Amino acid sequence: MTTQRNDPVPVNDFVDGVLKRNPVFVQLLGMCPVLAVSNTARNALAMGLATGFVLLMSNLVVSLLRRWVPTQVRIVTFILIIATFVTIVDYAIQAISLDLHKALGAFISLIVVNCLILGRAEAFASRQPPSRSILDALGMGTGFTIALLSLGAVRELLGSGSLFGVRVLGESFQEWTIMMLPPGGFFVLAAWLLAINAWNSRSFRPPTVKEAV
Amino acid sequence: MSGKEPGSSVGGIESGIAGADPGVVSPLRIYAVVLSVGVLCSLAIVATYEWTRPIIAENRIAQRRRAILDVVPQADSIQAFAFDEEQQSFRPVPENSDDGGLVFAGFDDSGDLVGLALAARAMGYQDSIELLYGYDPASESVVGIRVLESRETPGLGDRIETDEDFLDNFKRLDVRLADDGRSLMHEITFVKPGEKTEAWQIDGITGATISSRAVAEMLRESTNTWLPRVQSSVDKLRLETGGGSA
Amino acid sequence: MMDEPSLWAIFINASLVNNFVLAYFLGICPFLGVSSKRETAFRMGIAVTFVMLISSMAAYGIRALLMAAGAPYLQLISFIAVIASTVQLVEMFVKKFSPTLFRALGIFLPLITTNCAILGVALFQSNRQYSFIQSFVFALGAGVGFTLALVLMAGLREKLELSETPDLVKGATITLVLAGLLSVCFMGFAGLFG
Repeated sequence: MTTQRNDPVPVNDFVDGVLKRNPVFVQLLGMCPVLAVSNTARNALAMGLATGFVLLMSNLVVSLLRRWVPTQVRIVTFILIIATFVTIVDYAIQAISLDLHKALGAFISLIVVNCLILGRAEAFASRQPPSRSILDALGMGTGFTIALLSLGAVRELLGSGSLFGVRVLGESFQEWTIMMLPPGGFFVLAAWLLAINAWNSRSFRPPTVKEAV
Repeated sequence: MSGKEPGSSVGGIESGIAGADPGVVSPLRIYAVVLSVGVLCSLAIVATYEWTRPIIAENRIAQRRRAILDVVPQADSIQAFAFDEEQQSFRPVPENSDDGGLVFAGFDDSGDLVGLALAARAMGYQDSIELLYGYDPASESVVGIRVLESRETPGLGDRIETDEDFLDNFKRLDVRLADDGRSLMHEITFVKPGEKTEAWQIDGITGATISSRAVAEMLRESTNTWLPRVQSSVDKLRLETGGGSA
Repeated sequence: MMDEPSLWAIFINASLVNNFVLAYFLGICPFLGVSSKRETAFRMGIAVTFVMLISSMAAYGIRALLMAAGAPYLQLISFIAVIASTVQLVEMFVKKFSPTLFRALGIFLPLITTNCAILGVALFQSNRQYSFIQSFVFALGAGVGFTLALVLMAGLREKLELSETPDLVKGATITLVLAGLLSVCFMGFAGLFG
């Protein structure tokens, strides 16, 4: 992994975020929105895109400012920047669709405290030039969106027999209501982690809970 | 706490996390950076807010209008009215008015009142439920409901929005006023699923008792308060010229 | 037109029915990270409750100020700034006046800044337009619920260490399954104040 990070090929910054260091499945970051807003595929996609946008913009700005911000006030400056973009996204979503805004609820505002965004700003963007920071944000954002979507799709399919609001399973399908409820979020995420662990149990070790902190 | 706190306090969080060279930076520069970032951020937020505000306000009105037309489908134009407690009468207000207790009157193209839409709200199973119900002054009955806001459990409580049998309750719900015109002849009552025998009763939903009862309760309260007011001034509810049209 | 929810209902709602961790998924990071020992879980819970109460009060004041100034759009950015500085103030205060408590809570305090449950309390109370007293009770309920979830989880995980689990599900996977089961249990509280 260390060799990957110093690799001069910048494309790796993108690929790493999607696969090897997927923020949700590998690093277990930003769990609150992952579990809370993934009850339908549509909500999951919207949340993933909103988070990705905030991540991209804050990574870019943080990277541009990295020489100007004194170490002592880094976190506060980063949080201010992130909160600004989250507020902007909040109003943008209200302007696009009030229904969507209602479905995502307070979780749009809570993007601010998504450890993923502050984590990327601190660990990557504040040390790297804008070009690499953008790639990193795009990779992490895509990885995050894919993870959210894979949770949302399973939960919607089992919970209401539909996908993006379109009924795909027959009328005789008995919905697993629990999948739409909070416990379903925990169970489906656990199932995905299990599947991923089984898939590459030899190539890298399963994520430990310590990494989640 | 002294004025030095903000800068130094933030340093506390920092020291453990940042790995970069901590070099000596003058407090003045720290203040300047934080202050300018703060000002720039606020400017960006204000700009976005001002830019999106008219669009969002328009969305709100459009959303409410759709809901009103759902419960008063015959309406060609809509006029909002607010109730004046002192005068005990309704006065027309602009549609975008933020007043809580609004009544929306629907008129057909010849300007005759065809129905009203009223809002009701109560605590449901998880959070508050807000809905709009249609009232037909001619037959003195509720003619439909439309849930505006609810965070009821998906698959269970949210059946108040989708369950056909439950929604059938509101297609012709008897809310006639008593002879003195001050109260309802029969208050709306909530009964167990399948036990509805009278036109003023609401059948609950099995598995969503609390949510469906909340709907019945808020309708009962709202109709008790508002219908006597509405019915007594029904012939005074007139379409304002230049008012909103659908 | 709407009944004011009673203080008791707000408390039960925040702590049990809509438990912040198990129903709203707020504060999942410390929930998964710091819940391996009951002792630490309890201390973390107390620290979070404490910060929640203080920042909830501060958020109430800020909201009132912003409303008076007609600038609701600055809400989020000022809430997060207040929470970050509250955590710092609490840390300094505790350090000065009770070194014992500081040693007990010490390492948890900085972690709390990025705990979404704290911001969640501030946002929910202003969305629901709670009064000062209601906000206080709401924050207290949320804190108690958070502590409860954390301690219960820690108890389960202490037992788990003694049992045999397949390698594939070790770590996060089994923890999430447990959290899911706990969440199912908490659903039983729903409708407690119907």
